[in-house]
Amino acid sequence: MASSKSIHVEVDGAAYTDDVEPRLLLVQYLRERLGKTGTLIGCDTTNCGACTVHLDGESVKSCTMFAVQADGRKVTTIEGMAQNGKLAPLQEAFHQCHALQCGFCTPGMIMQSASLLKENPNPTETEIREGLEGNLCRCTGYQNIVAAVKSVADGVEYGDSGVSVAESLVEDAESAGVS
Amino acid sequence: MTATATSKPEVGTARLRKEDAHLVTGRSRFTDNMVLPGMLHLAMVRSPFAHARILSVDTAAAKGSPGVLDVFTGADVAAEQGSLPNAWPITPDQKAPAHPAVAVDEVAFAGEIVAVIVARSAAAARDAVELVDVDYEELPVVMDLEEAYTDKVLAHTSLESNKSATWVFDSAQAGTGTDVDAELAASDVVVERTMYQQRLIPAFMEPRSTVVDPTGQQITMWSATQIPHILRLMLALTLGIPESKLRVVAPDVGGGFGGKLQVTPEEVITVLAARRMGKPVKYTETRSESLQAAHHGRAQVQRLRLGATKEGIVTGLHVDLLADMGAYLGLVTSGVPILGAFMYNSIYKFPSYRFECHNVFTNKAWTDAYRGAGRPEATFAIERMMDELAVELGMDPLELREKNWIKHEEFPFTTVAGLEYDTGNYEAATQKAVELFDYDGFRAEQKRRRDSGDTLQLGIGISTFTEMCGLAPSRVLGSLSYGAGGWEHAQVRMLPTGHVEVVTGSSAHGQGHETAWSQLVADRLGVPFENIEVLHGDTQVSQRGLDTYGSRSLSVGGMAVLAAADKVIEKAKVIAAHLMEASEEDLEFANGSFTVKGTDQSTALGEVALAVFAAHNLPDGVEPNLDSEATFDPVNFSYPHGTHLAAMEVDTETGEARILKYVCVDDVGVVVNPMLVEGQVHGGLAQGIAQALYEEAVYDDAGTLVSGSFVDYLVPSAPDLPHYITARTETPATSNQLGAKGVGEAGTIASTPAIVNGVIDAVRHLGVKDIKMPCTPARVWHALQEAKTTGGVQ
Repeated sequence: MASSKSIHVEVDGAAYTDDVEPRLLLVQYLRERLGKTGTLIGCDTTNCGACTVHLDGESVKSCTMFAVQADGRKVTTIEGMAQNGKLAPLQEAFHQCHALQCGFCTPGMIMQSASLLKENPNPTETEIREGLEGNLCRCTGYQNIVAAVKSVADGVEYGDSGVSVAESLVEDAESAGVS
Repeated sequence: MTATATSKPEVGTARLRKEDAHLVTGRSRFTDNMVLPGMLHLAMVRSPFAHARILSVDTAAAKGSPGVLDVFTGADVAAEQGSLPNAWPITPDQKAPAHPAVAVDEVAFAGEIVAVIVARSAAAARDAVELVDVDYEELPVVMDLEEAYTDKVLAHTSLESNKSATWVFDSAQAGTGTDVDAELAASDVVVERTMYQQRLIPAFMEPRSTVVDPTGQQITMWSATQIPHILRLMLALTLGIPESKLRVVAPDVGGGFGGKLQVTPEEVITVLAARRMGKPVKYTETRSESLQAAHHGRAQVQRLRLGATKEGIVTGLHVDLLADMGAYLGLVTSGVPILGAFMYNSIYKFPSYRFECHNVFTNKAWTDAYRGAGRPEATFAIERMMDELAVELGMDPLELREKNWIKHEEFPFTTVAGLEYDTGNYEAATQKAVELFDYDGFRAEQKRRRDSGDTLQLGIGISTFTEMCGLAPSRVLGSLSYGAGGWEHAQVRMLPTGHVEVVTGSSAHGQGHETAWSQLVADRLGVPFENIEVLHGDTQVSQRGLDTYGSRSLSVGGMAVLAAADKVIEKAKVIAAHLMEASEEDLEFANGSFTVKGTDQSTALGEVALAVFAAHNLPDGVEPNLDSEATFDPVNFSYPHGTHLAAMEVDTETGEARILKYVCVDDVGVVVNPMLVEGQVHGGLAQGIAQALYEEAVYDDAGTLVSGSFVDYLVPSAPDLPHYITARTETPATSNQLGAKGVGEAGTIASTPAIVNGVIDAVRHLGVKDIKMPCTPARVWHALQEAKTTGGVQ
């Protein structure tokens, strides 16, 4: 086993000092050492994006970085997105737009979406799709994820009626020619 | 008095999901998140060869590796590991090799497990994998399905043939139709084609993970599975552990799509390792392992003959199918093609039909259920064939379909495959789709581009479909030799506070059961949506259940929930009558309260629940308990249907196919939550489109999976998929009181042929008659070049 190295990292607002093996991935450090299991691992080739977090405010795939590379830096995970007991706008929008089903890709999708909106506050649908290219979802077919991100860009304010207000989600329920 | 009246029905409302809060905040409980005291970790040593004899396994170096506590081989656990189960022997003489979790003498696909490392950390376990020295004697491999059928090379030395079973349905023999050979011989036109269903990988986003805790009274397993109940039973049978000593929990599960409808070697091995060590053990696969060794889907060769009169009335269909089992028979591997057998005739009134299926072994990962399981394959074949027939007859493909489909006034309709379709309205769904799509407008644009020789050609892809859902009537499963029934179980528990716990045997992994079941019960019991908790996925909580697959949860599981809720009302009525000193016959139940007819005297269900808890004043002989359970066994399948239309643009210079517009109108019966239905349709479409354009599990000749990572297996991302235009018609099912039909698989089943028909329609006038899936730019381009050089003959 290689010798360990001491790192200082701020994660979701808390400071940590830990000795880590140089080969330890950032995502493993977050999950196994800090218990930040909200960040998930979906692949081993940096394709799926489930492990996306923010490093000094920019999205990175935490399976592509060693923990030692985060030394002295600031990491935000999905667990640090809600503030003062209130969901971040993207978290609320994903809920409201039914942009998640199994929820496995969701943490990475939300982190990547936040990064996308920071870089481009008014993206078109095409720009949203391209901005999420590195994040795979197998459940939703992406349409509602795109709608959720767009709604945040458009400044949609969601109430808490418990019923979806995203109009495109509620179809025309009338029966057509049915006896 | 508690006010429990609900003003608006919950059913039909786009209720936001109860499931979301923990998932959007990262407070998820996926199996790999679990940590237990003293927990050990596994890594698997997998065969790099697709077919080889194991001569020796030297584990000494691995055992000496830092952090490693144990290494075991197939020989070490041969006496206790049993053989992995196949629950669907389709014929009495079905042949199958023994299927040990850890291979003992021979491996039959690359990725098969030959040894197991147990270590203090996952990293230490993986480090030691490379230190295990396995001496293999390579054996010849058979990778091609059609070649495997010839038996020139055997996938298993223990079997004399690669043929596992042959299963036949013949409408003349079954008495459901006439003789297909006679019909085809007398037909004006017979179209013959061979279709290839490429091998797909379910590719759920959460890699499979299992934790087993052997401490305490029971062995507890947490696993990323769709089927905690079936898994528990099968583990008990496979390992000889009393079922009562096993508890299986499916916590948050990150997608399944049939891919987690399995009893896996890894699950068995984790139990074995935990038992050996006496400590909790975890195994989580890497994505590469998942792609290599979790079961695959599809992989069929379909030889088809479709006859018709010159007016376009179909006379018969003959299907000769080769189905690739891969190396082993998994839980329902052998039955997947049989589920398709009933769907080749689709929505049509064919007078004759014969289906002959040969299940064949190859040296690849085994196949099993993948979203739709048999039905997408059948639908693809018939919808491609209807397009081919339309071309042959010079007829509009929609017109041809209409000539042959069952009219809405003809339901219930017994099909040539022997199923009774209860309801449907193909005219209504098609009309709505045509309008939303602007069918005539696209045909005009297509003509314009053809006439002008545009490099961007336009094709219109049509797919009309139905599927058998709501698996399944137990008697029907019995007649098909499936090893279990198709019922579902539920329990409704009234808490003293008036809150309700609903326990369901269907085990959700993204579908939204907690939300939908709450809506059902809220309406039935008049209890607020928020006061209902749905519990599932733990055999200690939901003791009975048959889990989630085959679009069954609502039409079977939801019915069990309603039946249990009705029993609560029945029980409560006796007590409410006693409390109000009224006669039971004089009580009516609405909006959560019992009211004495014609008076304003009423008692809320919550008040009855509290009275039952206290049990101070109950009628003589009535037990203080309102909790109820029910088991629902459907009398028939349900039959969702729909019409999907795709406008495909093909760049004739690059071969790239692009979706310009996708319209689908689905009829899934009565809808409990339109938002959830919409979500299921979207996800289904994405997977069906992925088969048409992007995905394929590719092996090289030596048996190595080439598409062994997400770099090479192309799960589409957001820019690869279009904005779907969706709508519904609603013809209620009559096979269940809800009128629900099921929606989980519809999008996947219908979209693949719509896309491929569209691609071919775009380039047919250039001489292309068929393109194998996935229709990648390279394949389309090559088809165009070939058509140029051969003058269109393929």
